[in-house]
Amino acid sequence: MPVTTVTKDPVALTMTVTTELSASPERVWQLWADPRQLERWWGPPSYPATFVALDLIPGGKAIYYMTGPDGQKTPYSSWNIVATDPPKSIILRDQFADETGTPDADFPIIGMRVNIEDIGGGRTRMSIHNEFPSAEALDKMLAMGMEEGMTQAVGQIDAMLAESAQVPA
Amino acid sequence: MTTYNRMVVFMQAVGLAGQSAIQFDRVFGALADATRRDIVRRAISGNEGVVELAAHYSMSFAAVQKHVAVLERAGLVEKHRIGRRKVVRTHLEGLRIAQRLLDRYEEIWRERIDLMATILEETKES
Repeated sequence: MPVTTVTKDPVALTMTVTTELSASPERVWQLWADPRQLERWWGPPSYPATFVALDLIPGGKAIYYMTGPDGQKTPYSSWNIVATDPPKSIILRDQFADETGTPDADFPIIGMRVNIEDIGGGRTRMSIHNEFPSAEALDKMLAMGMEEGMTQAVGQIDAMLAESAQVPA
Repeated sequence: MTTYNRMVVFMQAVGLAGQSAIQFDRVFGALADATRRDIVRRAISGNEGVVELAAHYSMSFAAVQKHVAVLERAGLVEKHRIGRRKVVRTHLEGLRIAQRLLDRYEEIWRERIDLMATILEETKES
């Protein structure tokens, strides 16, 4: 199974997952763009996802639900696709929604940024940055492209948390 | 009420069903603001009171006091008396709930990546 590294920041509520896969970026892109492939990995095995819509273009939408072990459907969720650059990157928001994909404004949005990069030898590095901020914060961040600023902030907090021995591991 | 129920279903789906939904909601809400996240970071050292904390921000003392109160209710900071001073200190126990959420997300993503690798392996063979 692929080697995966994970960086977490409990104050900023962010997490970045980075992995290397034995496939081309184009092939990895298909895992996200083809709903039948996406369904096989998005939901946990005990809660498989069903995508009723998937349009992986800027301004596009995905609508899905998951099915629990008792056959109960979870409420609908949706993705709002903010930006794409196939096969290199996707920026989206994952949120609770109704069956038309309209977000439920009362619930926090998960922001996701996916980067897919060819590292040669038929291998691809994929990173997924997850954020759990307020909708306004996410809007601002996406508008200003504050990726570098974000990375720096995370580094600073890591250092700060490392100084405090009592921090939960 | 709808939000509350959805939160419960969500927590079941992501394996956090044991958490108190209200507490989870509070921690989530409290950390959703950049100033409050900054206060939590600063208060890790636990040297400053509300007055000193307020000096770091361009907003009013009352506004900072309000942010501290939100964090206090969420169990993310506590006030401690040191002699005559009262300092604001990050309650690391309170951050655990956020840590657990991220830990669970890590598990979810590790599982997803393993499934991705399996799919890629299959298409390679065919």
